[in-house]
Amino acid sequence: MSRSGHPRTEPPSRSPLQRIHVRDRAAFLARPQHRALRLVALVGLVVAWEAVARVGWVPVLFLPSPVGVLIEAAEMLRSGELVGHLAASLSRLLLGFAVGAALGVAVGVVVGFFAVAEAVGTPVIAATFPIPKIALLPLLILWLGLGEPSKVAVIALGVFFPMAINTFTGVRQADPLLVRAAVAFGARRWSVIRKVVLPSALPMIFAGLRLGAGTALLLLVAAEMIAVESGIGFLVLHAGNLMQTTKLMVGIVVLSLLGVVSHWSLGRLERLAIPWRTA
Amino acid sequence: MRVVVDGVSKVYVDRAGQPVRALDGIDLSVEHEEFVAVLGPSGCGKSTLLNLIAGLLAPSAGGIWLDGELPAGRTPTAMVFQEFALFPWRTVQANVEFGLEEMGVPAPARARRARTFIELTGLAGFESRYPHQLSGGMRQRVGIARALAVEPAVLLMDEPFSALDAQTRQLMQEELLAIWEGARQTIVYVTHNIHEAVYMADRVVVLSRRPGRVMAEVKIELPRPREERMIGDPAFVASVERIWSLIREQAAVALRDGAG
Repeated sequence: MSRSGHPRTEPPSRSPLQRIHVRDRAAFLARPQHRALRLVALVGLVVAWEAVARVGWVPVLFLPSPVGVLIEAAEMLRSGELVGHLAASLSRLLLGFAVGAALGVAVGVVVGFFAVAEAVGTPVIAATFPIPKIALLPLLILWLGLGEPSKVAVIALGVFFPMAINTFTGVRQADPLLVRAAVAFGARRWSVIRKVVLPSALPMIFAGLRLGAGTALLLLVAAEMIAVESGIGFLVLHAGNLMQTTKLMVGIVVLSLLGVVSHWSLGRLERLAIPWRTA
Repeated sequence: MRVVVDGVSKVYVDRAGQPVRALDGIDLSVEHEEFVAVLGPSGCGKSTLLNLIAGLLAPSAGGIWLDGELPAGRTPTAMVFQEFALFPWRTVQANVEFGLEEMGVPAPARARRARTFIELTGLAGFESRYPHQLSGGMRQRVGIARALAVEPAVLLMDEPFSALDAQTRQLMQEELLAIWEGARQTIVYVTHNIHEAVYMADRVVVLSRRPGRVMAEVKIELPRPREERMIGDPAFVASVERIWSLIREQAAVALRDGAG
């Protein structure tokens, strides 16, 4: 800024007077929700699918129509076939998920909080985490047999790793100031873990639950393709083998719904569990 | 209770693995029910001193003692933090109850006692709010209520109002003094604000730049209760100038070194 009395480097030259209308230059950065468009996209996909099936470009054997899938689903619901498969899948899924999540959180907290556990746990987890869990299924079947335990175990394993790693990260991200404050008010180790470290890690734990839910679904289907007579994975494989494409599609739609429902309910649960979240 | 800091030094190891001497041979005693301000330029280790007194750090040399009577149901020390350090997942009520929980006070008594200090600090009506729903001034009231609720014999305050705007700070200083007139704990109050130190304290302990040493102790000869109009008092101005002349050079060096 040049104040009066300071010499200017250049003499001021006259230019024509202008009037500039100041406009919102950041308007293009706005990101409106476009709620209607979201619905249109989904409906449009189904309509397009139905149209392709109706026109007959693709044989029904390869691509059954959405209406056909819906009718088949209703039929399977009435006969109890779908409910049976769904119940079998859900029980495996929930049990495996619960076991894996609980173990993952426990291990994550211990490894994140105790230096000795970190020294032992980190290399072990780093070495075992990259193994695709599907590859362990034959081994688990060998150890636990063809029954339910091997299926539940592979799902639990798949959920365990993202949970343990996320919990560990969450624990390590706990604000040292809050830990110090807790100690200043008399908190000992267990109180610090329960009242500071765990709540701090909750957002990361929920992110882990969402990751784990995806993995669980994947492993569920894989596990149900080996030596079972029930479950959505079995339904999909079996229908495929018999060229019952419509049935197969029902299975796929149910899996998709399972994914959507689990994601949505975890989101709800998170909002309930973390009421202090600003966003 | 009396706080006795006897020949305390603190050496840190910094990120590069180099030892850093934060405090060097600090001798200091704070009398029963005395309000002492610890003042110094940035990086003089005054917060370190407070953490040592709180038992959150171990001294590298020397020792720290709390002497005197500690009635049942009271804790030796409690701390108020510059950044408030409230638990974001706890409501105002639950934050204030935290120390009482750790003391093992049963729930109904805890709620009652917390309630008393919530009212005292002007937080009534905000019990079920979360910290993020409060302004900075209100948050620090929660911090103060949490500390007062455990009825500490020694209250440690680490630049409690420095994150607040000037007007809020002035009001909070007055409120704190009013509360202290009623409760009369021993207070160790860390600040880098000379006016604040002189306005609030019985005695100002001036620390030097790193390594922190006690440069001077200035007794503040102002009557209590302190009032805002005393800020123009010759005794007030004289104390401020005396302390400023002591730390001026040090502050200038700190500014040059970019330690601020």
